[in-house]
Amino acid sequence: GILPGPLFYKMLGFLQRPVVVTADINLNVVALTAVGLLSRLWQLSYPRAVVFDEVYYGQYISFYMKRIFFLDGSGPPFGHMLLALGGYLGGFDGNFLWNRIGAEYSTNVPVWSLRLLPALAGALSVPMAYQIVWELGFSHCAAVGAALLILIENSLITQSRLMLLESVLIFFNLLAVLSYLKFSNSQKHRPFSPSWWFWLMLTGVACSCAVGTKYVGVFTYLLVLGVAAAHAWHLIGDQTLSNVHVLCHLLARAVALLVIPVLVYLLFFYVHLLLLCRSGPHDQIMSSAFQASLEGGLARITRGQPLEVAYGSQVTLKNVFGQPVPCWLHSHQSTYPMIYENGRGSSHQQQVTCYPFKDVNNWWIVKDPGRHQLVVNNPPRPVRHGDIVQLVHGMTTRLLNTHDVAAPLSPHSQEVSCYIDYNVSMPAQNLWRLDIVNRESDTDVWKTILSEVRFVHVNTSAILKLSGAPLPDWGFRQLEVVGEKLSRGYHGSTVWNVEEHRYGRSQEQKERELELRSPAQMDASRNLSFMARFSELQWRMLTVRSDDSEHKYSSTPLDWVTLDTSIAYWLHPRTSVSGASVRQSCPAPESSVIRRRRVCDLPEDCWLRWALAGALCAGGWAVNYVPFFLMEKTLFLYHYLPALAFQILLLPVVLEHVSGRLCRSQLQRSFFGALVVAWFASACHVSNTLRPLTYGDRSLSPSELKALRWKDSWDILIRKY
Amino acid sequence: PPPSGPGGDRTPLPAQRPGQGTTFPRAPRCRRRELHFPGHPEPPLGDFLAGRLARPSVLAGRRAILRRGRMPPAVGGGLAGWDETHFGKMGSYYINHTFFFDVHPPLGKMLIGLAGYLSGYDGTFLFQKPGDKYEHHSYLGMRGFCAFLGALLIPFAYLTVLELSQSLPAALLTAALLTFDTGCLTLSQYILLDPILMFFIMAAMLSMVKYNSCANRPFSAPWWIWLSLTGVNLAGALGVKFVGLFIILQVGWNTLSDLWHLFGDLNLSMVTVGKHLTARVLCLIVLPLALYTATYAVHFMVLNKSGPGDGFFSSAFQARLSGNNLHNASIPERECLLSFTKVEGQKGFLGCCTSSRRRRLPADLAYGSVITVKSARMAVTTYLHKDYNNLWIIKKHNTNSDPLDPSLPVEFVRHGDVIRLEHKETSRNLHSHYHEAPLTRKHYQVTGYGINGTGDSNDFWRIEVVNRKFGNRIKVLRSRIRLIHLVTGCVLGSSGKVLPKWGWEQLEVTCTPYLKETLNSIWNVEDHINPKLPNISLDVLQPSFPEIMLEAHMVMIRGNSGLKPKDNEFTSKPWHWPINYQGLRFSGINDTDFRVYLLGNPVVWWLNLLSIALYLLSGSIFAVAVQRGARLPAEVEGLSQVLLQGGGQLLWGWMIHYFPFFLMGRILYFHHYFPAMLFSSMLTGLLWDTLLRLCAWSLASFSLAGHVHVLGILSLLLGIAYSFYLFHPLAYGMVGPLAQDPRSGWNPGTFEATARTPACVQELPGDSQLWSQSLDPPSCGGRCLRSLRSSATCQDHALGAYPEFKPLERAMALL
Repeated sequence: GILPGPLFYKMLGFLQRPVVVTADINLNVVALTAVGLLSRLWQLSYPRAVVFDEVYYGQYISFYMKRIFFLDGSGPPFGHMLLALGGYLGGFDGNFLWNRIGAEYSTNVPVWSLRLLPALAGALSVPMAYQIVWELGFSHCAAVGAALLILIENSLITQSRLMLLESVLIFFNLLAVLSYLKFSNSQKHRPFSPSWWFWLMLTGVACSCAVGTKYVGVFTYLLVLGVAAAHAWHLIGDQTLSNVHVLCHLLARAVALLVIPVLVYLLFFYVHLLLLCRSGPHDQIMSSAFQASLEGGLARITRGQPLEVAYGSQVTLKNVFGQPVPCWLHSHQSTYPMIYENGRGSSHQQQVTCYPFKDVNNWWIVKDPGRHQLVVNNPPRPVRHGDIVQLVHGMTTRLLNTHDVAAPLSPHSQEVSCYIDYNVSMPAQNLWRLDIVNRESDTDVWKTILSEVRFVHVNTSAILKLSGAPLPDWGFRQLEVVGEKLSRGYHGSTVWNVEEHRYGRSQEQKERELELRSPAQMDASRNLSFMARFSELQWRMLTVRSDDSEHKYSSTPLDWVTLDTSIAYWLHPRTSVSGASVRQSCPAPESSVIRRRRVCDLPEDCWLRWALAGALCAGGWAVNYVPFFLMEKTLFLYHYLPALAFQILLLPVVLEHVSGRLCRSQLQRSFFGALVVAWFASACHVSNTLRPLTYGDRSLSPSELKALRWKDSWDILIRKY
Repeated sequence: PPPSGPGGDRTPLPAQRPGQGTTFPRAPRCRRRELHFPGHPEPPLGDFLAGRLARPSVLAGRRAILRRGRMPPAVGGGLAGWDETHFGKMGSYYINHTFFFDVHPPLGKMLIGLAGYLSGYDGTFLFQKPGDKYEHHSYLGMRGFCAFLGALLIPFAYLTVLELSQSLPAALLTAALLTFDTGCLTLSQYILLDPILMFFIMAAMLSMVKYNSCANRPFSAPWWIWLSLTGVNLAGALGVKFVGLFIILQVGWNTLSDLWHLFGDLNLSMVTVGKHLTARVLCLIVLPLALYTATYAVHFMVLNKSGPGDGFFSSAFQARLSGNNLHNASIPERECLLSFTKVEGQKGFLGCCTSSRRRRLPADLAYGSVITVKSARMAVTTYLHKDYNNLWIIKKHNTNSDPLDPSLPVEFVRHGDVIRLEHKETSRNLHSHYHEAPLTRKHYQVTGYGINGTGDSNDFWRIEVVNRKFGNRIKVLRSRIRLIHLVTGCVLGSSGKVLPKWGWEQLEVTCTPYLKETLNSIWNVEDHINPKLPNISLDVLQPSFPEIMLEAHMVMIRGNSGLKPKDNEFTSKPWHWPINYQGLRFSGINDTDFRVYLLGNPVVWWLNLLSIALYLLSGSIFAVAVQRGARLPAEVEGLSQVLLQGGGQLLWGWMIHYFPFFLMGRILYFHHYFPAMLFSSMLTGLLWDTLLRLCAWSLASFSLAGHVHVLGILSLLLGIAYSFYLFHPLAYGMVGPLAQDPRSGWNPGTFEATARTPACVQELPGDSQLWSQSLDPPSCGGRCLRSLRSSATCQDHALGAYPEFKPLERAMALL
């Protein structure tokens, strides 16, 4: 009854007419899909061994299967999750040691289903290429040509037959472009119809999936956004539409292309964090609060700790910044050497360092300067923001101290030590003011794990800071801790949080040492909100450093265009699989742009079609290629494949345009057609010749392999006998 | 004392032999801090008064006064401030013809040098550290030159905005913004590159705008003049700093869109279009390139004496400098005697001392020749100094006969030959095997092996010439060679990592299995002894001018990208700049010092920031309105044109001078923002004038409407002038308690105007960070220890938060 009358009536329309299903099947699409599936799925599980980067993605699949938390800086979780889905469907239990390229898979690894999803994505790219060129308004002939080129491109075949993410990325890139084209084509006829909404939403979702697979997907997203913005700008100029109408159009686009991708992207992380609930080897990089939210690991240790730090609490203090390694504030019996190697001197007091391992010497006791006892009162007196405290090192009962002496490795900062009274008129300066950094978001009571605190030295207003420099041998290679004289703004290295915590009970030092050595056990668990976990995880993923910058098969962007490089993926006892792209197209849409400008012989609709095709295909190629010149990470040939896919789309478009617009006479046109056919046949032939490299199915003799090595720079591994 | 400049700290390092001292001597640089500003009491009264008088109270004749206003260059007194130590020193180098290396192109420093030369500066001042007294040295010419160029920014901005908006109030507002900005003022008062750079940028912008307005009279005399002036200024901007590239992008973009319009104009014949294109190519590409190249030609011509910059360049390059210090008897003999091979890698550039004492070398390598890969005991390392340990004998891999036997014919080494390199001192062979290298685990270890030249097959190396333009023979200096290990197939290279103590802190040499061609794996033969071969003169080897240019640019780019901030170091971030988050300390540390601090006038800068937001808002409203086809009244139409086109150009200029810094990996400083700030100030002037006119137009029915515009502009002008009165001590210097000091009523939380370099770090900010970073932090601790009892340590010098005078609070209240 709430629905308005006419709409309700409309919905009941199906009662008045018979239900008719009209099947409208484009056999081209069906055939292309079939061939695509055949080429990608044929002997899919054949190299039953770890091939190239499978060794890298495989370990994450195992982590998903075992639901162990991991951190991978290479990309957002959606791509990994898709691969893991394949493993889940195939019943993979995650038990395989991914340590070596070329290792044989054990029987419990469902190779076929693990490789199925990338292969499907690669296969579906073929009909999608057809659809895209068709939706761009070009002929079926050009569309089939584009699809066939995608089909026979060796590098795309190789890449999609393995447990790798490029084919998935290409699939979503093409899907985003295709659905945007469908959307903009239905814009002319039926705006706000269900199919209009469907394609618009699908554009947003596909963009998000592309970004979620690999960060480089963001370039395609930006391209689609740019084209959408240009179209929207035209829409604003359309004076036949009312203002309200224009506003509705703009709002719908904003929601679908800006809001939905963000939500879907967050959803990936939500599922990711939901799946990975157990602690694992990468825990250490995350903050204590994050670790505590995982099962096992720190959560097990900290379960049952008292929440509020009180005077007399025994705590371990972890540095929040955690660079170069996560570590805890530490001290030990040894003192700073009297004279450093470079001739400078020290206070010769007890060393204070940051130590990356759990140790009994990491325990500190929070002491009220006004009292002598080191136990917690009953009821406990919580420490608040701004309170003055002393920190007593548990094992040596010396007080954390800093003074006007240059630190061992950072001479412009103060040395931090545990104070020993040498009776040399150097008084103890061991009072610290507690500064809870995140007191706005939390309370101003010092809490375990949750509170991020700074220790401000009362006498000198220096701040306790991890400088990150490893000390020489006398400091056992532990990290240097200094008093930063003037801290400018917030920096993670000056912020600490309590990780392990218990209330001290023992009066005597011996007793206390025993207590410190016993594991901390008490109760209650705390969880972070999803957004907090998301932002931390995303930040860590973006900032985590990959260490090695050199690889045997790495290449530069210029090599890609000139086909100077290849990657040896896998070496069978007799054969090898290797990726190499076959041909390059040299697009020249500029020529016609110039023609348009100067001569105006193109009709308006043809020009628009051409401009859109140019923007999407050439633009797609450019945005997926050019940014790599600015990147400093190690690059491989496969980074070029998304750009290549767009380039292949562009080729038939250019050819059709040339034959349709530039060839004046029939004779020219048929001559050009013959040329294209001949070229295409040679492309097929080349592709077939290189097939052994693509599938690695046939054993070739070294001489045959050498014959396939057309360029000296191709890395084709030949087994020596 | 040795100059503390680029190579100054490096060249004097004595070449140590392994086993003799291990660490490089560290200069007790901290001591300088005590010398800083020894209680400089007051600015010279005259200067200070002149600075104060410079505040114009009358608008008329402002430019004339202002030019003088910036002229009193000695506000900082006779003290060298901030990066003056660099650019002043480089000016001196030009006067002394001493070769040096800097990461910036030479034009700016050449102009400084010229100004100094013309004003009678003799190039003898040492420019060792900020705060040195100039004493009797004549520095006013150089400062005056920079200040003059800095003052010219104001009329340029005035003219540009006048041209873009055709409105006098907008131009006046812009001029006022720049005049009363303390940042621009401070920056133009010293011997720095920035005023010169900004001058060329503004001049290029002005001439571009002028020539755009001549577009309706193509090929007329003013059109040609402005077009070629644009080209000249572009060359100037790029010749001062590489940041000049941004204005080139802007002009290029403008030219392209201009040409595109001409191309689409069907009324023009193809010939006319061709003429347009040729004119632009000539004036905007050929002319600037020629000028830019000319600056380098002059640079290399003037600097013909060997100096601190030699070590950065290849040996062939060094061969052309009149290396007079080689004949200098004070250099230890062993240092420069014989060394031939040196890494062309990043580190290898440094420290190799100047060209060989032997002026004549045999040209082609033959068997039995003695060459070098530098060795320290058994671990083969690339040692940065010339040494007997660098000598290697080339031998054939299969024979052990002495090739120097006079009975045998001379046999030249050719590309692809398999050779053995025998270390001359220890008679061990260069050797590699399947063991991981000490630091780079993925590479193979390289060692010396065998006794008296007999080793095994792991000693065989294939020698390959990379650029085979001299045929198959291997030439001294000119051939770039690779050494490929025969058994493992790896390439001898330097990983660039420093070995620990046991390796005498030399660079690691490895055999890398990755055959990619990088500079790290390329070697050349730098010296060569073979009694059987005739010697040729090194003059033959002199590189041609294009090669020199190319090499100089490679070195500069490498130097620039080498300016990376250290981990954990607090650096200036681009987003700090427009909000005036943190400035730069020019001089002065303690409350008794005379302190100058580079910080923009907050009122001006925040107004600029607000204006950009306002511009985006109003611009998009107008753009949408035009796109929707709304009919605007003629007056508003004109204003919207000014806003969209003129403002668009300025906004684009601001963006292109600002956003690229977000992508830069190198270390950044506050003063990098100033070119962008010029554009945003011009945008502010244009925007407020337009908005006030719009206001006046929309209130046209009221009687006072006509005054809205005038009043608005006047109040803005007065407000800005008053803010300058509040903040002028930043630029003209101040004395008084620091912010932390309770005596000053300053709240340090508002502005984190702390100084950039902590106490005890060498006081050379700016691009000088290259030098202070590459050296170890100065050792204050020694003093700290000595003064431990009295506790008077380096830490006492910690810097206070800085311009901490009460006026800012008043400004806040005003805002």
